[in-house]
Amino acid sequence: MTDTKPDLVCRDLTKDFDSFRAVDQVSFDVSKGSFFSILGPSGCGKTTLLRMIAGFQSPTSGDLQIKGKSMIGVPPNKRPVSMVFQHLALFPTMNIGDNVGFGLRQRGVARTEIARRVDEVLDRVGLPGVAARRINQLSGGQKQRVAIARCMVLEPDVLLLDEPLGALDLKLREHMKVELKSLQAAFDTTFVYITHDQSEALVMSDNIAVMNHGRFEQIGPPHEIYHKPDTAFVAGFVGDANKIDAKVASVNGAMVTLTSAGAEMSVEAPGSELIAGQEAQVFLRPEAVELTKSDHGAGEGDNVSACTVDAVLFNGANSSVIVRDQAGHLLNVAMPQTGSFSGLQVGDAVFTRWHPNQARCYPAATA
Amino acid sequence: MIPTVPQPAFTKWCYRAYVTVFFVYLALPLTVVCVFAFNNSVFPSPPWNGFTFAWFFGTEAPFIGVFNERSILRAIGTSTFVALWVSGLAVAVGTCNAFLFVRHDFRGKALLYMLMLLPLIIPGVILGISILVFSSAIANTLEDATGLWFDGLRPGLILVILGQFSFITTFATLVISARLQKFDPSLEEAALNLGATRLGAIRQITLPFLMPAILASAIVSILMSFENFNTTLMLVGSDSPLTITMFDKLKQGSTPVLNAVSLLLIVVSALLGLLSLFFPKTKS
Amino acid sequence: MRSDTSKLGFYLLLAPILLWLVVLIILPHIGLFMVSISEKIGPREFETGFGNYATFFGEPLYWRTFARTAIMSILATALTLILGFPIAYYIAKLTRGRTKTTLFLMCMIPFWVSELVRTFGWMILLRETGVISNALQSLGLVSGPVELLYNDAAIMVGLVYTSILFMVVPLVTTLDSLDDSLIEAGYDLGGTSTSIMREIVIPHAMPGIVSGCIVVFMLSLGNYLTPILLGGKDSLWFTGMIYTQFITRFNWELGSALGFLLLALSSAIVFLGLKLSKQSLSDTMGRT
Repeated sequence: MTDTKPDLVCRDLTKDFDSFRAVDQVSFDVSKGSFFSILGPSGCGKTTLLRMIAGFQSPTSGDLQIKGKSMIGVPPNKRPVSMVFQHLALFPTMNIGDNVGFGLRQRGVARTEIARRVDEVLDRVGLPGVAARRINQLSGGQKQRVAIARCMVLEPDVLLLDEPLGALDLKLREHMKVELKSLQAAFDTTFVYITHDQSEALVMSDNIAVMNHGRFEQIGPPHEIYHKPDTAFVAGFVGDANKIDAKVASVNGAMVTLTSAGAEMSVEAPGSELIAGQEAQVFLRPEAVELTKSDHGAGEGDNVSACTVDAVLFNGANSSVIVRDQAGHLLNVAMPQTGSFSGLQVGDAVFTRWHPNQARCYPAATA
Repeated sequence: MIPTVPQPAFTKWCYRAYVTVFFVYLALPLTVVCVFAFNNSVFPSPPWNGFTFAWFFGTEAPFIGVFNERSILRAIGTSTFVALWVSGLAVAVGTCNAFLFVRHDFRGKALLYMLMLLPLIIPGVILGISILVFSSAIANTLEDATGLWFDGLRPGLILVILGQFSFITTFATLVISARLQKFDPSLEEAALNLGATRLGAIRQITLPFLMPAILASAIVSILMSFENFNTTLMLVGSDSPLTITMFDKLKQGSTPVLNAVSLLLIVVSALLGLLSLFFPKTKS
Repeated sequence: MRSDTSKLGFYLLLAPILLWLVVLIILPHIGLFMVSISEKIGPREFETGFGNYATFFGEPLYWRTFARTAIMSILATALTLILGFPIAYYIAKLTRGRTKTTLFLMCMIPFWVSELVRTFGWMILLRETGVISNALQSLGLVSGPVELLYNDAAIMVGLVYTSILFMVVPLVTTLDSLDDSLIEAGYDLGGTSTSIMREIVIPHAMPGIVSGCIVVFMLSLGNYLTPILLGGKDSLWFTGMIYTQFITRFNWELGSALGFLLLALSSAIVFLGLKLSKQSLSDTMGRT
C-alpha cells in the first residue's frame, strides 16, 4: 500500500453537554490497518468520542474525517464505519444469518449474494454453518464473533468497538484479546477500540490514547505508554506503580534529588521543569525494584534502602511483597521469580534498590 | 426514531404535532363533560349561558343539583356498597390465588392458570347472561322443589356483586401474584429460623411486603366495579348502581346534572387511580 | 406433620379459586349452552335441539348484525393499532423521566373514568346541538346544525377512544424493553427508518401488538354502551340483540344461542391471534 493517508482523522473535536464538556479538543490520526485504543476511566468521555465517530452524537466543534472526507452532518447509516456495541446489540428476533446479512439487505444486495457473503464471513470468524441458528444458542465468545462478522461483512473503513469484552468472564476475556488481535490482522481493517481495561489496550493495540477528563493525556505505542508515561495520570492509570509523595531537594541537570519523610532518593527526569522546593510525585513500578538480602553489589547511584517485610502476597507468577522502609513508606515489590525469596516471612529484613532511570517524577497535582 | 439518530426537523415537527393532536383527542370529551357541569342551562350543550354551581347544590326545579337529587345519591350508595363487597372478595380470593400459583406446584396448575385468565377474554355481556341463566335455573329448581322463594338468585345486588367479582378477581390475582413473585422466600425462612411459626411468618413478613399490591388491587377493583356496565346491566334488579342509573337518565335526555356527577366521578377516579400507582412505589 | 399442615394449607388455598371458577365461570357457561340448545314447545316445556341456532342462520338480520359487529370490531382494532403505535413509540423511546410518566398517566386517566362518562362526552361533542356542530357554524363552515352522532363513524370514534389505552400500555411496555443500541446498530449497519421499523422494532413489539389487538378486539366486540349511545337505535350491534332477547323479548333460549355465538367468535379470534403470533394466553394476558 502506497496510500499512507490516515483512515481516521480528528481535529480539535469537542463535545459539550449543557455546561459539561465531555470531549475537549481532541486531535488524533489513525493510520490504515492499525489497531488504535482509547483507554480511560469511566466518565472520561471515551464513549462520547466513539459515538461521535459513529454518528450518534454530533460534535460541538472540530472536524472528523474518514478517508479524507469530513463526516460532519453525515447520518450514522451513511458513514463507512461500523460499530460493535458494548452489549453487542445482536437482533434477538433474527437468526444469525439474518443478523449478519442485515447491512447487505439494506444495501439491496441480491439474496443469493447475501447468503454467499454471510457464509464466507462466518467462515472467516471461525463459525462456519451457524447461519440458521438463533442468537441465544451461542456462547458469549461466539456472539462476540458474530457481532464482528456482522460489521466486517460490510467491509467498513473503520471498525469501532465499544468495550465489547466487558461483559465476558475473565478467562474468556483473556482468550478474546488474542482472538480480536488476530481477527484484526486477518481482516486488515482499522480498529478503534475503547476500554477502561489497560491490559486489553496494552495487549492488542498498535497505538493507545490515554484519555482523562475529556482530553488525551498521551498517544503512543503500548511500550512507550507503559515505560515513558508523559503525565502522572498515565503513570498511575496504566500498569501498577508505587506512588510516593516527595519534595524536590535539588535539581542537577537531569538528576532530581527528592526527600520524602526524611528518606532521600534520586530520579532521572530529563526535560522536567521541576525546581527545588516543589512538591512532586514519584512513580515506581513494582518490577523495577530489586529485592536483595544485603546492601552489597548495588550499582553506582542506585537508591538503596533497608526495609522489613510487611506482607507477602502470593499470586503465582504475579506474587509480590509489601515492604516498609525506615521512614515508614510502604512499597510494593515484585517477588523475584528465581525462587531465592520463596521462604520470605513477615518481619524479615531485606534491602530494596532501584536505578534512578527506573522511576518517573512529576510535579504534584495542583488540585 | 431515537434521540441519538438525527432526523429532519420537519419529521420531528410532524411527529410532535400528531402526539399533541392525540392528547387533545384524549382530553376533549372529559373536558367538555366537566365544563358543561357549570353551564347555567338545562341542556349540556352550547351556548354558554354563564357559570353556575346549581348543578351541584341547586334545590329548585329544574336546577336540582347532584347533592339534592335522591335517585343519584341512592345510586352512588348502591355502587359504593357493591364496590366494597367486590373489592373485598376479589382481594381476598386474589391473595389466596397468588399464594397458590407462586408457592405451590401441583398437577393441572397450568390448566388452572389458563382458566383463571379466562374471565379476561369473555365479553362482559356474556359473563352477565351466563350467571343470570345459571342462577335462575338454580332458583327455579329450588323453588319447584321446596316451594320457597330464593330472591338472592334473581337479578339484584347479590348477582351484581358476584358477576363483577367473577372477572375482577383475575386482575387482583395478577397484580398480587406479580408482587409475590418478587418476594425473596429467604426472608420468610429467616423468620422461621428466628422462631416464628409458619402463619406468623406470613403475617409478619410476607403480608406487609404484599400490602402495596393488595391496596393497589383493592383500589383498582373499586374503580372497575364502579364503572362496570356490561355485566351489571344483565344482572341488575330494582336497586341500580350509578352507571345504570346514569344510562337510564341519559336515554331519557340529559341534563347538566349528569355532567356534575360525571365531574365528581372523573375527579374521584383520577385520584383513586393515581393512588393505586402511588402505593407500590412508596413501599418498595 | 409438616407435610400434613402444608397439604391442608394447599387445599385451603385451592378451595376459593375452584369455587370461583366452577360456580361463577364454568357452570354458568355450561348452563348457558344448555339453555341455548333447548327449544320452547309450550309453557315451561322444552326439548333439546339446535333450533335457536337455526333461527340465527335463517334470519339475515341476526347474522348480518353478527358479521357487521365482527368487521367493525376488526376495523376498530386496526385503527387503534395504527393510531396508538406512534404514541406508544413516542412515550417509550422519545421521552425520558418526568415527561414520560406524565404522558403515560395522561393516557391512563380516561381509562379510570367510567365508559359512560367518556361516551357522554362524545355525545356532547358530536350531537346536532353539540360543541363541534356549534363550532363549525360559528366558523361559518356550515350553514345549519350538523348531526355527527348516530352513524358508524361516531361508533368508530367512540370505540377507538374507549380502547386505545389497552393498545398503548402493552406497546409502551414492550417498546420500553427494546434496547436503544439495537436501533443504533440498525442505523450503523446502513438501515433506514423504514427498514429498522420493519425488521427490528415491529418484530420486537409483536407480543405487545398481539396482546393489545386481542384486548381491543374483545372490548369492541363485547361493547354495548358505545354503539347504543353513539350509534343510536339502528346501531345494529350484536350485544344489543342479545340484550333485546334477554330483557325485552324475554326469549332466553335464542338470547343464549346468540351469546354463545359471540363467545365462540371472540374465542376463535383470540385463539387465531395467539396461534399466528406463536404466543400463549398466559404470556399475553399475564402482562396486562
